[in-house]
Parts: sequence; C-alpha cells; structure tokens
Amino acid sequence: MIEGLLIGLETAFSLQNLLMVIGGCLIGTFIGMLPGLGPMSIIAIMIPVAITLGDPAAALILLAGVYYGAIFGGSTSSILLNAPGVAGTVATSFDGYPMARAGMAGKALTIAAISSFAGGTVGAILLMVFAPALSSVALLFHSAEYFALMVVGLSAIAAFAGTGQVAKALLMTILGLIMATVGEGALFNMPRFTMGLMDLQSGFSFITLAMAIFALPEALFLVMNPARSAQGDSGKIENLRISKKEARAIAPVIGRQSIQGFFIGVLPGAGATIASFLGYAVERNLASEEERKEFGHGSIKGLSAPETANNAACTGSFVPLLTLGIPGSGTTAILLGALIALNVNPGPRLMVDEPQIFWAVIISMYIGNLILLILNLPLIPYIAKILAIPRNYLIPFILFFTMMGSYIGQNNATELLILVGFGICATVLRFADYPLAPLLIGFILGRMLEDNFSRSMQLYDGVAFVLERPMTLGLLVLAGLLVIVPSYRARRAKARAAGVADGD
Amino acid sequence: MTLKFGRRAVMAAAAAMSLVGPAFAGGHQVVESIHFLIPGGAGGGWDGTARGTGEALTGAGLVGSASYENMSGGGGGKAIGYLIENAESNHGTLMVNSTPIVIRSLTGVFPYNFRDLTLVSGTIGDYAAVVVSKDSPLNSMNDLLDAYRADPRGTAVGGGSVPGGMDHLVAAMVMQAAGEDPTGLKYIPYDAGGDAMAALLSGEIQALSTGFSEAVALADAGEVKILGVTADERVAAYADAATMKEQGIDTSFVNWRGFFAAPGLPADKLAAYQDAIAKMYDTPEWEAVRARNGWVNIHNSGDDFAKFLEAQEQVIGDLMRKLGFL
Repeated sequence: MIEGLLIGLETAFSLQNLLMVIGGCLIGTFIGMLPGLGPMSIIAIMIPVAITLGDPAAALILLAGVYYGAIFGGSTSSILLNAPGVAGTVATSFDGYPMARAGMAGKALTIAAISSFAGGTVGAILLMVFAPALSSVALLFHSAEYFALMVVGLSAIAAFAGTGQVAKALLMTILGLIMATVGEGALFNMPRFTMGLMDLQSGFSFITLAMAIFALPEALFLVMNPARSAQGDSGKIENLRISKKEARAIAPVIGRQSIQGFFIGVLPGAGATIASFLGYAVERNLASEEERKEFGHGSIKGLSAPETANNAACTGSFVPLLTLGIPGSGTTAILLGALIALNVNPGPRLMVDEPQIFWAVIISMYIGNLILLILNLPLIPYIAKILAIPRNYLIPFILFFTMMGSYIGQNNATELLILVGFGICATVLRFADYPLAPLLIGFILGRMLEDNFSRSMQLYDGVAFVLERPMTLGLLVLAGLLVIVPSYRARRAKARAAGVADGD
Repeated sequence: MTLKFGRRAVMAAAAAMSLVGPAFAGGHQVVESIHFLIPGGAGGGWDGTARGTGEALTGAGLVGSASYENMSGGGGGKAIGYLIENAESNHGTLMVNSTPIVIRSLTGVFPYNFRDLTLVSGTIGDYAAVVVSKDSPLNSMNDLLDAYRADPRGTAVGGGSVPGGMDHLVAAMVMQAAGEDPTGLKYIPYDAGGDAMAALLSGEIQALSTGFSEAVALADAGEVKILGVTADERVAAYADAATMKEQGIDTSFVNWRGFFAAPGLPADKLAAYQDAIAKMYDTPEWEAVRARNGWVNIHNSGDDFAKFLEAQEQVIGDLMRKLGFL
C-alpha cells in the first residue's frame, strides 16, 4: 500500500495534474452554483475535454475535481437562494437558508466549506484504507436491504416535523410518495397517472420539483412582502468567524457524519441524498432538547451534518466504482463511461494492473478537497454579497435561474408550466404552514422504495424477504425506533410539563 | 496566486473544449449542415450517438457543420411527434433513435411508428449477451437452462430495462428458442445496467441480460463470464464468447441505432444524407469515435433499413404477444 501511495503522490503532484485539480474544482464550483446544473451534467460537459487529455490519470483527476467542485457549488445555491440544484444538497437548505436569512450567510458558507472539506478528507482516508475490504460489504446489500434502507430514510421525516406538525409532515410525505408514482416506473411497461399527457410519461423531474417547492415560493414571498424586499440583508455578512463554542458543537457532528456518510455512499443504490437526509435525522435525534428546537431555523449542526455526509458519501461512491466497476449513482455512471472510453477497466484488477491511476485518484481527492477549501474561504465574502443585492434586483435573478434550471437539463418547455403550477401550489401550502421538505423527500425516495420493494416481492414470491433476510429486519426495526423514540420522548416531556408523574 | 492558476486552468480547459467542435473542412463536403434532434437529455445513449456521429462527419469534412438539440419528453415520443408535425421546416434535421422506437410503437406508447418517418440509415449496433458472475458454477447456456429447468422460481434473470423492454425481450427470446416457455422466466428489472450488475455480483439474480459491449468491458475486468452472445458469428471484440446459435439456441438480436428524417423529405436530400453517412465509415475520424465508444458498425441504408426494421418488428411483436404485453 505504501508503494502504491508513493506512486500516487508522484502522479498527483505533477504540475499538469495539480492544474487539473485546480481547474476542475473551479469549473465545478462556478457551474455548480447554477441551479439545474448538477455534477452529472457538468461532468458530461467536461468528458470531451478530459478525453482529449489522453492520460487517464489526468482525466480522472480533472473529473474528480469537477465533481467535488460541483457539489460544493450546489450547497452555495442551497444556502443563499434556497435553490438546491442537486438532491444531495436539499438537506443543506433546511438550516443553511434560514441562517442566510438571519444575516449569517458568510458563516453558513464557511461551515459548509469546512464540513465539506472534513467529510471529503475523512472519506478519502477511509477509501484508502478500506476500499479493498469494502467492495464485498457493498455486495451484501440486496434489493430487500435497499428497500429497508429507504424506509429508514423516510422515517427521518419525523426529524423534520416540528411540534404538533407530525400529521402535516406525514401528509406531505404521502403526497410526495404519490407524486413519485407518476410516469413510467422501472417495473411497469405502461405509464401510470399521466392523464394521457406525453410530457408526464417519464414522471416529474426532480429539479423542476425542487425549484418549485423551495426557490419559487421564496421569490413569491419576497414579491408579496415589499417591506422586506426594499433592502438587502447585508449587515453581518462579513461575520465569517466561527466561535470556539460553535466549533466545539459541530466537531462531533462532523466526526460522526463523515464516517456514517462514507459508509452509506459505499452502497451502490444509496448515495449522497440518503446520506444527507439520514445525517440530518440522526444529528437531530442526538441533539439536546435546546438544540433540537433550532433545527430547521438555522442550526449550525443541522447545516454541518448533511454537508459533511454528502461529501463523505461522494467519496464513498468511488469504492464500488473503482473496485467493482459498478456505478453507485448517475454521476459515477458517467465517470465509468469516461473511464472505459480512456481504456481503463475499473474492477478488482485496477489496483493491481494500473496502481498509478487508482492511487492518483485517491491522492487527488485530498488535494481537491484542500484546494476547494483554500479557494472558497477567501471567496466567501464575495459570494455572500449576492444577498446584499437589493431584493428587487435579486428576485428576477432568482426567477431567471429557477426557470433556467428546470429547462436546461431537458430542453422541455412543459417543465416551465409544471414549475410555475407547482410553485403556486407550494406557496399556498407554505401559507397554510405545511412543511415542504417532507414532500420532496417522499418524492425522491418514493421511486427507489417502490422499485426495491417490488423487486424483493418478485424475488421471494411475496413478503417473505422481511423475515428471511436478517439485515432487512434489522433496518426496519431501526426505522421503527427512529419514529417511535422521538415521539415517545416528546410525549413524556409534554406529560412532565403538565405535571403528570410518569414513574421516574 | 492560486486564483491566477485557476483562471489559467479554466482558460486552458475552455480552449481544449473549443478544439473538439470545429471542422477541418476537406474538399469533399457532401452536406452543408445537419441539425441533430436528440429525443432524450444530455449524457444518454442517443445523445452520445448523435454527437459522436456529428463529430466524425464534421471532423472528416463530409458535413460543414452540425448542431444538436435535445428534446426529451414521453420517452422519445415528443421528438418524434415534433418531427412529424413540423415536417416542412425540418428538412435539415436528422433524428437519432434505436430499438425502443419499434418496441414502444408496438405497445402503443407512441402514437406513431417508424413508417411515419423517412428512414435514413441504421449506423451502429450492439448485440445482446447473457452473462453470469465469475464465481458462478454455470459455464454455458446449457448449464443455465439446466439450472432453470431444475428450479424455475429460483433462477432469476435480471436486466436494465422494464418488463417488456429490450433486456427482458432478449432473455425471453433466448428461452423461447431453447424450447422453454418464455412466460415462465422470472425477470427482475433494474433502473440501469449498473444496478443490475451489482445485483448479479451480490447473488440476488443468477444471470444478467445486457448489451454485448457492456458485457465485454465487465468480462475484460474479470467480473463476469459471457455465456452467450446474440450475434450470428463470434464477434472479434471478444472472440471467447460463444454465440447462442453454436449452443443450439437459434436466435439472434441486434440493438441498432440509426437516423430518421421528417416525412416527405425530398429524394435528393435523402440521398445526400445517406451518402455522407456511407462515406463516414471509411474515415479515421469515425474509427476514433467508434472505438472510443465500443460501437459495432452495422450499416443499413434506406430500403435495407426498412426491411430490417420490419423483420425486427415482426419478431418482437410475436414475442410480446406471447408474453402478454400486447
């Protein structure tokens, strides 16, 4: 391993490859800030460039840099504009955006940068040490376990429901699950619930829905509230520093989430989205009573958890890609295509046959993370200045980018109608004080939940898999506990507050 | 300092990107320009085919310039509808498509079929293959069939398409040709080839129906054994893989990709497009694109293309009726 590490260091530290990492990170960050252009499309755009380089190590280093940059850029638009362009950064906006609204945009971006850096770096270390061993762990997961994992992900919704909001959150989750059934599923040959409209045949697109639910109502709220839109939220933007107390608060979160996120990322079929939701839910459950109240209203822990987890998961997803040749996500699937085009065959033999590629990629992950941090920390005050723009100039800007975001990936103008339609519905729901995040989570997880469930049903000719596969049962029990324990605790606290003795 | 470096890298990358596009026009230009209509989003198989073909055509100087338009919606149906409804103004447009246009027209998902369009040519294709993981005790199609006969419910075959989609139809076609009831096969669908591959390696499914080029990449990496390929003769790219036919299973299948034009396209324009594509095969630019993507040249122009599609429609239609999808 030491020998491999040295080869990797030598390859990664050549001037050309350093430039590749830096260039990749920059391109990724800037394009990634535009909602609608996630890592997948940016990598697809960069593949011809990477292939012209000819050298597979350099190409992969460039693309890995773009990947990290894009994910970081995505968090920026989540925090500043409430416009998550990628499913993996949806959870970032839960606490990141409230922080930005409260004039702490700079601090939020700093926490995001540091958490991303820590998540990515710890992920890279774990990748280096465990990659060979983990490839077999990833294969322990069958469809039944993925189904159970999605249930655990859904149970995280208990974490997004404030007091007395459980019923509303549940309702929104179910609405999201229902919306996920529209279109042609992976398991059925015929379109469902499309009302004969060809544009609904492939279902609602994630980006359109995310923009309609988060970004558009935000812009509409600003329009309807002229007093607030008269001036920007400037003031405390320069306040980037994290106090010692805050650093102590997020340190254990970062530690836990970088490990948890990495292991979730290793599973092909789970990935950064699940990692970020679970990270958020777990940290909320672990937080003290006081801190839990802040979640959803600008908690630094709530921001740090998903940011750490999604970056660690991205690194984790390289385990099945490099050691098994299996892409764990859309993005790694595109990377796999690029690798094959460069005559590199990822698989168990990659580490033996072409160690310089394997190790150079791992080393460049460290460098990429470090460079992202160095580039971004000094840039944060400038990026955060976006919010200092008077609202009446910013609103058209947000509207433009949300519309562009939902149009650009598919070039389908109907997306714009869907965007506006759902945007208005979402605004109404927000007035009625319904939480919208559970809707999006239900939508994202719904398809995967259904697919894995019906696959398991088919494989086992019924629901026998729940009992036959111990890991499935274990995960389902965990999901049950995630829902029951917090509500039990809340009930007990309420009972105690009302002066009713509860036995202890 | 770091910022400067970065800017230079961006500029270098931008310069590299612009090198990919432009044409080094030769003196033998056949068509002035082609507008490629891609019925799916960026990054998919159709997108790669159209952009790769455009790159080779312009690079070799056969076509002056190429432009691309992604029009997704309805699993490709929207672009077909657009091309038919706006036929008059789309004489400069070529739409890329592949086997699913046949399957989806049969199921009625599309209100149109390939006869409503002008057939230009089929350009590339990929055979299908049945693979098992490298540790599997199965070593030939006969081993797999024996295992299936011994335990039909416990021998699941997976694939990256919906039931009634291509991977399922290939598996069913093979079972039928081997004398089994194709409806008895337990087919497990996955979202994409990668997910199905993971399921094969984890032992969730016993065999996988997939594209041959994908199978070759996995076999080269030492992950899978190819039990059979649906070509008529062994394929040079991986000559170790036995064909279905030599194992006594009389079936063959090609997943083609090709180009269509608007209905009512003038004959001279059609001839020019077909000429440009025919000449493309001899150029080094095409060879580079083809090799990079692992495509197999399967060229069917005009009437040959129509015959090929009709034959495929017949075979697939019969099978789908038998499977109960029609």
